[in-house]
Amino acid sequence: MTAVAQSVDHDPKTGLWSWITTVDHKRIGLLYAVTAFAFFLIAGIEALLIRAQLAGPDGTVLSAEAYNQLFTMHGLTMVFLVVMPIASAFINYLLPLMLGARDVAFPRLNAFSYWLFLFAGLMIYSSFLFGGAPDGAWVGYSPLAGQLTETVRMDFWAVGLQLLGVASIASSVNFIATVFTMRAPGMTMLRMPVFVWMALVIAFLLLFSLPAVGIGLFQLFLDRNFGAVFYEAAAGADPLLWQHLFWIFGHPEVYVLVLPAMGIVSEILPVFSRKPLFGYEFVVFSGAAIGFIGFGVWSHHMFTSGMGPVAEAGFAVSTMIIAVPTGVKIFNWIGTTWGGRLRMATPMLFSLGFIAQFVIGGLSGVTHAIVPTDYQQHDTYYVVAHFHYVLFGGAIFGYVAGVYYWFPKWTGRMLDERLGKIHFWLMVLGFNLTFAPMHILGLNGMPRRTYRYPEGLGYEFWNGMATIGAFIIALSFVFFIINLVRARRHGGVAGDDPWDGRTLEWATPSPPPEHNFDEVPLVRSLDDFWHTKYAEDEEGRAVRVPAVTGAATDADTEAGDDHEAIHMPSPSYYPALASLGLVVFGYGMIYLNWGWIAVGVGAIVALWGLFGWSLEPVTKGDDH
Amino acid sequence: MTTDTVLDALPPEHGEEHDVHHIRKTAMWVFLGSECIFFGSMISTFLLYRTTTGDGPGAELFNVPFTSASSFVLLMSSLTMVLAHHAFERHDTRQGRVWLSATALLGATFLAGQIFEFTEFVHSGLTLSTSPFGSSFYMLTGFHGAHVAIGVMMLTAMAILSTSGRLHHGRGLNVELVGLYWHFVDIVWIVIFTVVYLLQV
Repeated sequence: MTAVAQSVDHDPKTGLWSWITTVDHKRIGLLYAVTAFAFFLIAGIEALLIRAQLAGPDGTVLSAEAYNQLFTMHGLTMVFLVVMPIASAFINYLLPLMLGARDVAFPRLNAFSYWLFLFAGLMIYSSFLFGGAPDGAWVGYSPLAGQLTETVRMDFWAVGLQLLGVASIASSVNFIATVFTMRAPGMTMLRMPVFVWMALVIAFLLLFSLPAVGIGLFQLFLDRNFGAVFYEAAAGADPLLWQHLFWIFGHPEVYVLVLPAMGIVSEILPVFSRKPLFGYEFVVFSGAAIGFIGFGVWSHHMFTSGMGPVAEAGFAVSTMIIAVPTGVKIFNWIGTTWGGRLRMATPMLFSLGFIAQFVIGGLSGVTHAIVPTDYQQHDTYYVVAHFHYVLFGGAIFGYVAGVYYWFPKWTGRMLDERLGKIHFWLMVLGFNLTFAPMHILGLNGMPRRTYRYPEGLGYEFWNGMATIGAFIIALSFVFFIINLVRARRHGGVAGDDPWDGRTLEWATPSPPPEHNFDEVPLVRSLDDFWHTKYAEDEEGRAVRVPAVTGAATDADTEAGDDHEAIHMPSPSYYPALASLGLVVFGYGMIYLNWGWIAVGVGAIVALWGLFGWSLEPVTKGDDH
Repeated sequence: MTTDTVLDALPPEHGEEHDVHHIRKTAMWVFLGSECIFFGSMISTFLLYRTTTGDGPGAELFNVPFTSASSFVLLMSSLTMVLAHHAFERHDTRQGRVWLSATALLGATFLAGQIFEFTEFVHSGLTLSTSPFGSSFYMLTGFHGAHVAIGVMMLTAMAILSTSGRLHHGRGLNVELVGLYWHFVDIVWIVIFTVVYLLQV
């Protein structure tokens, strides 16, 4: 058996070039995580600047122009460059491990997605050097976004988002193909961990929603640069077209942001409650139901746009319906912890924080479904409070829980529990202090996206509180960073299975070898790894089975693979090259006057990358 | 659970050449699902703007007999694509190459027809900027044309590769995948032709 591991071809695996050419899903996952965290810090600084400006009446920290850029970039960064890629980081790292696979279906396409995400993110941020960042809000409402023609700001937004969309569609195709075709023997669909299910659901959501906004972005770009009139009201265009195309994407997108976090919480709660997930099928199918219904609620973002009572009533009802599967999940999570032997480690704390705060955000979301109420709340700070409860109190708490939970698997080191708990309590305090007051501000009529407010409207106190809260959140992340840095040297050694986990990734060493499993595991049940460690006695209590190490890959494993060398895909620089070409092409499109050269160069480089990629053999010496 | 039932539930193992092929075909189908929304969004936009012609010309420009002929050419290319795939299945590379080239040629003929048509329309006063009708017409048919052009490029590349025997299932580019893509582009054209040209008359 050891011969198997040794026969894996050991290229030098260090240095910058090895990271640029890597096609290992675990390394790409780490690249996503580090990049997303860097963007998270940037977006956090933008948020602090916004809060500093709004701390008191008539703020003078930012000009109106700078404020518009910062709130646009904050939203854009958090959605597309932080939460989506951090979800992608988890999915990249964990999907093959949880399925018992050696890699994703298309390792080089995976690398392509990462590099395109990175380059497109840098491209959007480079707009600060080219006369200012996008300033038309992350939703880029047209015709407004089309009319801001004196600068190229919104062009950076349109092109950058388009490229990020290409990267996400490529990832989605990859993840779907992986789930459908790469499962280990015996891993049926209903034996897959919930996290894998949620990854599958969001891959479909992205697959079917991104093209709609892609078309909208193309139309906007054609309007701005080629004289098309898709959003030109004077030519008879319909101003609602953009809103429809954007929100057909935008609403599924919010489920894309939160479903992976729900998957993470669904993995953590059973482990730290020492009970199986309550109602596995219900959690899975309610996730899938959210995916389906998520395509039928988009117009609740547009109740004030005058769609007419029939559409408003229909979307109000569908919006209330989608709360049902979400509620099902909440009850299942509560049922999972009910009567469990709870271990209040940091991942568990963040998961419980996720549930509590997500419930608040979910409930305030249901109030938006009531059309007359929504008329009052539309574009006020109440909406800002709502979606931060869902996306920060929900999604970010879930992802942080995931980092605390899987960090030992990624690095072989434990994060410090004491620092983790300080992080958690500061973050809960800061988060609620920042966003709970915004409900009150919104109901008192404070509009969002305004860069200052006059004295005497009663907004001062709660805005001051919110700003204090924002800085407490920032402080909590200082503890997080200290913890991450410290763990590199001083973190306890994790071992393979520090949390007594239930899913297959814990059957591998920490960090896992490049080929993940020496032998492809044979899966016999849901939570198979747990059942290799524990049996039940007559009273149904879990009893440890002796001599568990490597049990998931023991003698029952398929004999066919055992004595063959494991061929892992060779490193390739073509994916990075192709994505670089696409981004150069994008720059050229923005600066058409002189940019035809960049368009040409970019196109040639991209084609070179794509052709080189499709012609090179996947594994060296495997060109049969 | 007995081993027998476990083995019943086995997904196809990967690693074998035909399984690599299975994975790629899954991915191509998934991608084409995404393309449906891509074209669906443009077709919706066109339907929204089909009568929003402003002062410019509208559907009266369309020469349905001409476009019917070029549509026929494109649909015939699906037939030659099937023949190409069939030839490669029989390992008849020479004939496969002939049918691949024929497919690419038919696709290029369709593109030439589209370029001719666009030129005519522009001379008759319909440009991207004339009206929302013009914008959505050029965008929809233009993006379809771009898909055909990419298909022609891939077909040509495959025809060239087949001369040096470098075309086989293990490669990213293979006849069946490109065939799926090509049939999809043809089917979308049937919808576009119906919605844009036939519904207007």
